[in-house]
Amino acid sequence: MQARQRDSLLVASLKDSLGAAVITFALAVVMVGLRVDVASGRGAELFLENRWLAVAVAVVVVFAGRFAMNIFFWKRDDPPSLNFSGLLPEGGIGERSSKAIKYGLLVLAVVLPFALMFWLGARGSRQYIDLAILVLTYVMLGWGLNIVVGLAGLLDLGYVAFYAVGAYSYALLAHYFGLSFWLCLPLAGILAAFWGIILGFPVLRLRGDYLAIVTLAFGEIIRVVLLNWYEFTGGPNGLSGIPRPSFFGLEFTRGEGGFANFFGLDYSSIHRIIFLYYLIFALALFTNFVTMRLRRMPIGRAWEALREDEIACRALGINTTTTKLTAFALGAMFAGFAGSFFATRQGFISPESFTFLESAIILAIVVLGGLGSQIGVVIAAIVMIGGFELFREFDQYRMLVFGMIMVVIMVWKPRGLISSRTPSVALSKNVKGISADLVQEGRG
Amino acid sequence: MDYFLQQLINGVTLGSIYGLIAIGYTMVYGIIGMINFAHGDIFMVGSFIALILIVALGITAATPVLLLILALALVLVVAMALTAVWGWTVERIAYRPLRGSFRLAPLITAIGASIALQNFVQVSQGAKNKPLQPLFSGGFQLTDGGADGSGIVVNLSYIQILIVVTTVILMGSFTYLINNTNLGRSQRACEQDRKMASLLGVNVDRTISLTFVMGASLASVAGLMFLLYYGVIDFYIGFLAGVKAFTAAVLGGIGSLPGAMLGGLLIGLIETFWSGYFSVEYKDVAAFSILAIVLIFMPEGLLGQPEVEKV
Repeated sequence: MQARQRDSLLVASLKDSLGAAVITFALAVVMVGLRVDVASGRGAELFLENRWLAVAVAVVVVFAGRFAMNIFFWKRDDPPSLNFSGLLPEGGIGERSSKAIKYGLLVLAVVLPFALMFWLGARGSRQYIDLAILVLTYVMLGWGLNIVVGLAGLLDLGYVAFYAVGAYSYALLAHYFGLSFWLCLPLAGILAAFWGIILGFPVLRLRGDYLAIVTLAFGEIIRVVLLNWYEFTGGPNGLSGIPRPSFFGLEFTRGEGGFANFFGLDYSSIHRIIFLYYLIFALALFTNFVTMRLRRMPIGRAWEALREDEIACRALGINTTTTKLTAFALGAMFAGFAGSFFATRQGFISPESFTFLESAIILAIVVLGGLGSQIGVVIAAIVMIGGFELFREFDQYRMLVFGMIMVVIMVWKPRGLISSRTPSVALSKNVKGISADLVQEGRG
Repeated sequence: MDYFLQQLINGVTLGSIYGLIAIGYTMVYGIIGMINFAHGDIFMVGSFIALILIVALGITAATPVLLLILALALVLVVAMALTAVWGWTVERIAYRPLRGSFRLAPLITAIGASIALQNFVQVSQGAKNKPLQPLFSGGFQLTDGGADGSGIVVNLSYIQILIVVTTVILMGSFTYLINNTNLGRSQRACEQDRKMASLLGVNVDRTISLTFVMGASLASVAGLMFLLYYGVIDFYIGFLAGVKAFTAAVLGGIGSLPGAMLGGLLIGLIETFWSGYFSVEYKDVAAFSILAIVLIFMPEGLLGQPEVEKV
């Protein structure tokens, strides 16, 4: 402290920026400055390319950026207040605007396929409806995971395992027994929930971060088994030819007895896409409806209490194991539904679709949207999955940016973008959202 | 029997590598109680730095032995230093701002940092496998496979000796560091009670940073060993190695330095024997199942102390 006061603003800033520049140089000198590559044609010889210019640019940018920040903000006695948090409503969105956003999004989601058809025609709108289906799938997965992570406060890093269970349940049941989608949809959910209970029963006694690692391990186990059990799951080749869903018995096929024929429409492949859109939309709404209802019931209140303080819960006589187990199983069930939808939409599944990264993306949607916030999940899913598709050409860079954004948002707003914690049920009408800053969570 | 001996040698070698990574997990967990999810990727960065330095120095199997060892020692030191900077930076950017935040927050930034590191390396070094020609060949032949050639030739290669010896030396010096120096003392103080330690004049932030630096430099040693032993690396090696090393740390008792080493050895042995006697495909399943079983039935691990819940 003494030293800093003696240094003038300029000197202190310079020193700090020089330090940052040196560290950037140390980080970049080998990993950016040199690129090791395998020479083609000369056996497996390795050779180096250098990119010293990139290192120099990185160092200069960090130095200049840090220097400017120091001069203008950090090292000043009276830093100009630039409260970015002010851009987001304080303590979460107000009740009325939240409602407006909710119904706005709902109406938008209902009319979206037809609006797109109207503007772009059947051919042009197809990719956008596909994207919307993808976003809705993630919204549903996010809402399912929100029960586990957002409400019950259990960190599940292997959520994609239940998604895989759902997808493979449907694919295998259809493959071996010829069952239809509508029969398999509930079955997939039940099977996934069953797996959730089997896994949850022993591991839910664990502390937060241990639980995270065990669920991660479980997710990997499922993937490795799917990958290696050739006879049953087709191994890395996956399963193809998964039957498409029908609309009350009407197949989306050309000709006699098809959907278009029955309703007297001209056949178009877009019908099935729109049907899938409304299917996942209905599934997602169902997830939301169940969650919102459960939150008001004793079990939902117990989840939220568990999230805030497990020891207090136990002292109050809540059976923490069964409470956690229900959250875990319900979350798994919705992942199972989403999984069977995924299988029927793709018509092909392989273990590649169920990597840890998928779990991380779903978790990121829940966390960045704001733990426990339903609307936050929607916004995060739209931004994230939409952004992903937007930058499809920059395949490697977008994952790099994704990782960085995860860090930055978490550091900036650890409670997610919409970080209100309105209790679902309160004794008095006057209870407003608990500000994120006031909540000191006991345990993960 | 010969087959068993060979598997034992391989298992101990692999276990040493896991142990070196596990120390990073265990020290960080001990001091701030978080799983440093990005540690596996720090290991991966360390092994890339080592590979680049080896290629830059032009070290090949043709280099004279004495020079080779000197050059490798140089690579080791430089890689440790540079990887330590990576570890420090990750801590500074992703974890320090979240100190005192709720428990899941640093875990989530750790996942973000892990994804970012992986893809950074993929972007800057390319997605292809990087094979390195073996630098050391040969070793001791412990059995000759019997007179009729029906047995199995058991090899103890120089590289395996090098790995185990380096690991033992580093383990010894780090145990000394923790037990007998000021830095170690402040680390143990922070581990017990961070607030009290800071009241007594321990610079907590600096101590935590140094813990990350130590963990990262050990991970880079493991990275070099991994590179020399397997001869091929890519940007994705950190994930599996990280999870297994974490398993090792948990198995040995998280927070305990000898425990991490013991856990590493056990995981290495289990994995090698599993692939030797059962199936190679499911060796990861074996490691992960052990993690789950240990956590469920013995959460304090072999050498750890049971954690007391406080309100």
